[in-house]
Amino acid sequence: MSVPMSVPMSVTVGVVQFPGTNCDLDTFDALSELGARTALLRSDETSLGGVDAVVIPGGFAHGDYLRTGAIARFSPIMDAVASFAGAGGPVVGICNGFQVLTEAGLLPGALRPNAGLSFLCQPQQLIMVSVNHVLGHGLSPSDELSIPINHFEGNYVCDGATLRRLRENGQVVMRYVGNPNGSVDDIAGICNETGNVVGLMPHPERATSELLGTADGCKLLNALLSAAASTRRAAGHRAA
Amino acid sequence: MLGLTDAEYGRICELLEREPNHLELAMYAVMWSEHCSYKSSRRHLARLPTEAPCVLVGPGENAGVVDVGDGIAVAVRIESHNHPSAIEPYQGAATGVGGILRDIFTMGARPIALADPLRVGPLDEPRSNWIAEGIVSGISGYGNSVGVPTVAGEFVSCETYRDNPLVNVAALGIMPTERLVLGRATEVGSAAVLMGASTGRDGIGGVSVLASAGFDEADDDSTKRPSVQVGDPFEEKRLIEACLELLEAGLVSGIQDLGGAGLTCAASETASRGGTGMEVDVSAVPLRQHGMEPFEIMTSESQERMLAIVSSAHVEQVLEICSRWEVSATVVGRVTGDGMLRVREGVDGAVLAEVPASTLHDDAPSYDRPMRPPADLALRRSVDPAADPAAAGPSDCAGDLLAMLADPSWVYRQYDHQLFLNTVVGPGRDATLLRLRDPRNGAPTGRGLAVSVDGNHRWCDADPRWGTAMVVIEAALNLACVGADPLALVNCLNFGNPTHPEVMWQLSEAIDGMAEACDALGVPVVGGNVSLYNETNGTNISPTPVVCLLGVHPDLVRRPVADELPPGTELMLLGPSGPAVGDDAGTDASSLGPTSLGGSRWAWERRGCRDGALPGLDLAGSVATARFVAAAVRDGLVQCAHDVSDGGIAAAIAEMCCHGGAGVHARVPSLGSPAPVERALFAEPPGRVLVAVEAGDVERLAQAASSAGLASRPLGSFGGSRVQIGRIAEPSLDIDLALDDTRARWSGALPEAFSQPVEGAAA
Repeated sequence: MSVPMSVPMSVTVGVVQFPGTNCDLDTFDALSELGARTALLRSDETSLGGVDAVVIPGGFAHGDYLRTGAIARFSPIMDAVASFAGAGGPVVGICNGFQVLTEAGLLPGALRPNAGLSFLCQPQQLIMVSVNHVLGHGLSPSDELSIPINHFEGNYVCDGATLRRLRENGQVVMRYVGNPNGSVDDIAGICNETGNVVGLMPHPERATSELLGTADGCKLLNALLSAAASTRRAAGHRAA
Repeated sequence: MLGLTDAEYGRICELLEREPNHLELAMYAVMWSEHCSYKSSRRHLARLPTEAPCVLVGPGENAGVVDVGDGIAVAVRIESHNHPSAIEPYQGAATGVGGILRDIFTMGARPIALADPLRVGPLDEPRSNWIAEGIVSGISGYGNSVGVPTVAGEFVSCETYRDNPLVNVAALGIMPTERLVLGRATEVGSAAVLMGASTGRDGIGGVSVLASAGFDEADDDSTKRPSVQVGDPFEEKRLIEACLELLEAGLVSGIQDLGGAGLTCAASETASRGGTGMEVDVSAVPLRQHGMEPFEIMTSESQERMLAIVSSAHVEQVLEICSRWEVSATVVGRVTGDGMLRVREGVDGAVLAEVPASTLHDDAPSYDRPMRPPADLALRRSVDPAADPAAAGPSDCAGDLLAMLADPSWVYRQYDHQLFLNTVVGPGRDATLLRLRDPRNGAPTGRGLAVSVDGNHRWCDADPRWGTAMVVIEAALNLACVGADPLALVNCLNFGNPTHPEVMWQLSEAIDGMAEACDALGVPVVGGNVSLYNETNGTNISPTPVVCLLGVHPDLVRRPVADELPPGTELMLLGPSGPAVGDDAGTDASSLGPTSLGGSRWAWERRGCRDGALPGLDLAGSVATARFVAAAVRDGLVQCAHDVSDGGIAAAIAEMCCHGGAGVHARVPSLGSPAPVERALFAEPPGRVLVAVEAGDVERLAQAASSAGLASRPLGSFGGSRVQIGRIAEPSLDIDLALDDTRARWSGALPEAFSQPVEGAAA
């Protein structure tokens, strides 16, 4: 892995830990290896502690009991995440994190059980659609990525009007090549209207080394670090 | 329901010098069950080699522990959850995962990987299909949620497992060597803290009702369902984190999971290992249901519970850490100095039971059960499966091959097999290879940890001794295919009813075969599990010893398995010199002998013949082959390696084509002349490995093999869009299939088997 020179070493990314989250340390390690300072944020905390970006990682927050993300959205940390997102801070939800963001109303739509009604952990080809968001820096539309998926509830659904808006506003972040789970319009990831909140089902932290099969996830994580650096600079300007 | 014999009852009376009361009797019943006491197998297991420099903890503790260098220790354990899974497949399999993980973190290790060798009945039968789907869902549902990747496994379907599936589960954990913790209570006055879930009526008598008796028609299986536990992976996840924090902080002196035989087992084992006694106050145990009797509390197998031994000065801190992880923790007893396990109602309340703790296991009976080879053994071994004229039709080698191909990804894609970012070679290949990282700081060590789980009931049915040795050798060859050398082994011995002399003979023979193969490899057995009474209506399953072999890759700098095979890549066969690699072809014209089809998958599945002698096993030559292949893979001398096992050389070649996305044109050794074509294609003589080699390296590889005393033989090359397999010196092809069709059958076999409408499935 190479660390792009454009990423200042001082960028800090917060990784949220709910009880039952299990990709927290993988995400922490992957971001750290790319040169970020990384902080674990417990879900019962009420402050993000001044981080420049937030990642809600994959796993089974609160055991996925009731419904994925349904309990996690009420955690104290989620108020802080919502305020941070409202102020334009970069927020990325991966897999279970995506589910939490839709439950919390920070992203539209919902994630239902896979069309085949079975869990899928497999390599996945993806196509970038829009790059006007916090995972887009350095990527181009129609770039192909290979990043694994690992979910039971990845079947993205939303109403027709929402889907139209997502397309028209460039909020479809990436699509599956060969739809594995029944998602509407092959959607694998979306962003909010301002592009600072992104949810995606594939796990970029699992695609950070050729030894493990693919390093394409580094492109997305590096884009996030760039976005975090911009946020930090903007905040610095405001403070000045 | 107790399952004690009159003689065992008499022995209890002798030990206590009085009659036991009901609670005491219940405690002896679970602890002296076959499952907990190994009473039929103990004297045989003693013949396995258990010592080696790498062994930190051998058999008898919650898990075996080996030193893998760099100050890192690996804990490894395998168990069975066969009978619970036959009754309630989802929960049976799920709680098997939960139980094995507790065995691992009990030792102080963080669980990093699970492996699930599964054996089920014919998938075209509704009930077997339902059981198989339930088992896979249970492992997926529990393992994924608890946050431990399932990185390896097996999926075998055969009618011998129709009513008695085998659900084995292995787990690996990793820790700094200095953190090793043993489950014992040594300090008198320490508190016994019960952590985790509340105690309910689920799983009462699981070890005696389910695990230590067979199934028969008079039983309605549903009556045994209350003996199956119910799992909660979210509770287990929090329990793992809380326990590891307690161990890291050095706040517990011993810790033990509550598995089979529940609180009785955990309290008596920690006390008797520590040479102490223990008092348990049943009124302090948090209960899930009202009105539970003391015997229910003491024998409940409710899941996700641990017993921690905590010196009184640390109790408050322990309770505080548990509370932070939202894990319930309650002081339920104390360590005493008198060697007694005493159950009370209230802290100093009435004594409900009082027995010497050590008698619950040290004095458990050990039986030298009668054993006898089957009367028709010689007759069975004289059969040649390929020469049965009544069954023989015209050869359809291509059809036979296609029927034996099945990509297991339908199973393993339902398991998270990538968590923790260690999986270099995942499930579906010969062995799994994980990055070995330092548990202190996550830094890569530049080395790899490899694991392979293997069993073969057909080989062991034909010959339990050499069949078991072949299973161990296959596991070593599997590790070699990802560049790893074997380090330590754990076994799960799945057999039938031990009161049948033939079953005891199979068990004894299998243990001897395992010992011989382990000795040849220089690998110790560091733990195991024995599952007996795998029988239905008096019919025993085929003997099925399953091994989990752990290995180390010393220099992991690149992926050892090529994902694609470019056209022109050469295919070579390596192995001990002899007829199996085609040396001295023509001298082995007999129908039996070193290249027999006996015990082969082809004979069982395509010819319906379970008889015949096993092919010959050259132990030393096979071990040398494993060493050679492992080194060749590490050196990059071969692009990809695949051992020849069930389905024979034809299946192995076709699998390489399916994985590598390439056709092949290959000519394989005839294995005798004249000999039936099926022998060349589908016989399973052990010790053989196929390798894909760049054309420029063929000569170098052949010379290196020859210097290592091994045989090598070029078979052909990859490329094109057809899978073409013939025999050396025969002009015509025996198999000529389109690669696309072959791949479609391979990848479609399991999805199709599980998409059939399943009507009338029992529920």
